[in-house]
Amino acid sequence: MIAHAVFFYVFSIIAVISAIMVTVSKNTVHSVFFLILDFISISCLFIMIGAEFLGMIMLIVYVGAVAVLFLFVVMMLNVAQQKNQWFYSEATSGHIPIGLIISTIIFFELIIVVGGWKYKPELLNPNTTKISNEISNTHSLGQVLYTDYIHVFQISGMILLIAMIGAIVLTFRQREGVKTQSYLKQISRERSEGIEVLEVPSNKGVKIDD
Amino acid sequence: MTEIGLGHYLTLGAVIFSIGVIGIFLNRKNIIVILMSIELILLAVNINLVSFSIYLNDLTGQVFTLFILTVAAAEAAIGLAIIVVYYRNAGTIRVEEIDKLKG
Repeated sequence: MIAHAVFFYVFSIIAVISAIMVTVSKNTVHSVFFLILDFISISCLFIMIGAEFLGMIMLIVYVGAVAVLFLFVVMMLNVAQQKNQWFYSEATSGHIPIGLIISTIIFFELIIVVGGWKYKPELLNPNTTKISNEISNTHSLGQVLYTDYIHVFQISGMILLIAMIGAIVLTFRQREGVKTQSYLKQISRERSEGIEVLEVPSNKGVKIDD
Repeated sequence: MTEIGLGHYLTLGAVIFSIGVIGIFLNRKNIIVILMSIELILLAVNINLVSFSIYLNDLTGQVFTLFILTVAAAEAAIGLAIIVVYYRNAGTIRVEEIDKLKG
């Protein structure tokens, strides 16, 4: 139990500090790196309390895909020149006290909910999808994900498909003056536009490329 | 102190959620950091769902965490695509200078 406490505090302190660094870091690339650190420590917490499938999925999806996507975009856009501004400028510094007040209010509301909240007694014994100790976490997730939640699963697949199509459509750009192969043009080529039959006068010839 | 319960995890989720909200409000640099703050908020929600799922011994929270993960990935992809298109058109992604809508 003491090891659980030690690991919890280590990982959560790393997570909180890196979350703060994500927001206050001057360099956007550093923010992305701290975001990666944050996701790694939270997925360590997930693995520690027994949700090992979700921890691994978080590692793959966030660290492997989303963070690399962020890095790509940060490096594509020229944000290096914009890092000198830190938090405030003259025109918009009025946001800062309001933001601090609202987020501390949110924090204390959440803490009050945690402190003063009691379980409803009928929620303590869920009889639908109990976590069983015999089979692994991945196995039990798969058993409910593809049976009870199959429609939601399909809808989330559709969401991913739409997101992919949307991202492609948004960033696609037809460039002018680039020589590319057009299959449609090749296939629909006809004899009349390809060749030409000429009467060649003797001793004069024809010019073929005018 | 050494007995880690549900409250500890919920407090961690609350702290990360609040840091995400602070990041959205205080950011003056570029929109990418705001997107990262939204990712932090979704991460806090995931922490809450997983810890409730473990301590209430119910698998539903973990299933919905998977779906939140899906939606978060889709949102990041779309948001970054919009940012790329905006940067191509306007030449800046600094928060103060994005005022075309005069909001």
